[in-house]
Amino acid sequence: MPVKNQAAVAERGIVSAHDRRRASVRGSLGVLQGGLLVTLVLAGLGPILWLAKAAVTPTQDTLRQPLGLFPNGIDWANLATAWGRAEIDHYFVNTLILAVGAWFFQLLVATTGGYVLSVLRPRYGNLIFGLVLATLFVPAVVLLVPLYLTILDVPLLNISLLNTFWAVWLPMGASAFNVLLVKRFFDGLPREVFEAARVDGAGPFRLLWSIVLPMSKPILGVVSVFAVIAAWKDYLWPLLVLPDPDNQPLSVRLPAIAPYLELDVFLAALAISTVLPIVLFLAFQRLFLSGAGLGGAVKG
Amino acid sequence: MILVFGVFSWFPIGRALVMSVQQTNLISTPEFVGLDNFVFVLQDPLLGKAVANTLWFALLALVFGYPLPLAAAVLMSEVRRMRGLFSALAYLPVVVPPVVAVLLWKFFYDASPTGVFNTIAGWVGLGPFPWLQNASSAMPSLVLEATWAAAGGTVIIYLAALVGVRTELYEAAEVDGAGVWRKIWHVTLPQLRGVLFITLILQVIGTSQVFLEPFLFTGGGPNNATLTILMLIYDYAFGSSLGGNYGAATALSLMLAGVLAVLSAIYFRVTRPWSS
Repeated sequence: MPVKNQAAVAERGIVSAHDRRRASVRGSLGVLQGGLLVTLVLAGLGPILWLAKAAVTPTQDTLRQPLGLFPNGIDWANLATAWGRAEIDHYFVNTLILAVGAWFFQLLVATTGGYVLSVLRPRYGNLIFGLVLATLFVPAVVLLVPLYLTILDVPLLNISLLNTFWAVWLPMGASAFNVLLVKRFFDGLPREVFEAARVDGAGPFRLLWSIVLPMSKPILGVVSVFAVIAAWKDYLWPLLVLPDPDNQPLSVRLPAIAPYLELDVFLAALAISTVLPIVLFLAFQRLFLSGAGLGGAVKG
Repeated sequence: MILVFGVFSWFPIGRALVMSVQQTNLISTPEFVGLDNFVFVLQDPLLGKAVANTLWFALLALVFGYPLPLAAAVLMSEVRRMRGLFSALAYLPVVVPPVVAVLLWKFFYDASPTGVFNTIAGWVGLGPFPWLQNASSAMPSLVLEATWAAAGGTVIIYLAALVGVRTELYEAAEVDGAGVWRKIWHVTLPQLRGVLFITLILQVIGTSQVFLEPFLFTGGGPNNATLTILMLIYDYAFGSSLGGNYGAATALSLMLAGVLAVLSAIYFRVTRPWSS
């Protein structure tokens, strides 16, 4: 039945096909949708286009006529100044390192965790899965202070991770949501394949690496993209555990350097920081817009 | 994996419970102080202010941000061509890094007549408004930005849910002579109930922990008008004037988590008969 439903949806929505043919209905629907489109362009695209324009506009222009469509002269040097003299390049690289590391640890924990819980299924697996799920219900705010103190003095090792990238990477790896997402996907894989591989003599690591992971590219893509975006967005946590400006990512540095930069250079810096997430979004639009990352949380 | 969860998730959660009843400042050894931290927090005159502000933020966010994505999604589900373009445009603000969004909007909110929003308001003969500089308009300004930044994600959730709406019921409703509004009210929305509940809960949980906007826009000002609970927690633990009071910070965060848990439980209890 679900297949049939899908087909029906493609054919009709709230307004019936018969009504759609009527001129008055079509007219008002058109006006409403046109209005929505204009609003979306203004609200969604507007600020970003404005930022792109302001990034190459001289300060005086932006201040005097913030909404002027054409600047008096384009100042490409803003971008170069922001990149070089404002040291945005340095912070950009920091952000990149943080994002890649967070991506790696999130994938590592989510795949090995999901694999153990879904495929190997040890006896105490359910208990562990329960404990992992339980952390989903603890609001992030509860973790803030104790996690910070944990970073200052890691149990067992008795070292401080303050001012190291590890302080951001490792806690991000402890994402129950990722484990849940990946475990569910692994649950759906055909178990006969695993059995066949085991009969052929594949050990647990080989089974994970050459059978399970290659079959799981879609879900790994989802986790990856959201991991990178999340790391790029993070502010409060890196602000706390990376007090040394040399290690800070863009999100932490931008508010700090704002007072010392000329407006046009600052806006150029903002624009530079926005480019990568937007490119990722445009490249993986489907992933974002299908609600893949949210589907698991919302279907209830 | 167990190690990562153990050290960075389970251990800190347990530690939060312990720390909330300790006097800790990292220098002297922690000592047990019973419920002193909770008493300290509850007696802080700023707490009432922070709670009221957070509730105000959550309420405004519900008024601005709850119906809007729903209306947009329902309208978008009726779009025949270029639906992808619609949803991409709606989602675009979500991918802008929040810090960039706040800093950009801070510039837009410039209180002078030549500020971006004041220029726009000027076109229709309004303003100039003080936006962030005035205690009464600061919070709505923050909520406006937060709504802009978050609405797209909710739109996508609703769009995905709208695909699952059973369309035979529309036909049945038409046979009974229902117009568009009644079809939306009696057919579409009831089928979205489950999703609507969850987005509501998520929004309440999210807005009760709002930090970035007040922290970067106004620093809690003017005159503590935008001081939220999470900002107070931050101030207890890391702020320059109070600072280092980790026990009080964890006590407050546990209280907040407790309230949220109770809220969610009541909510699920109340709504369960409807959604099944």
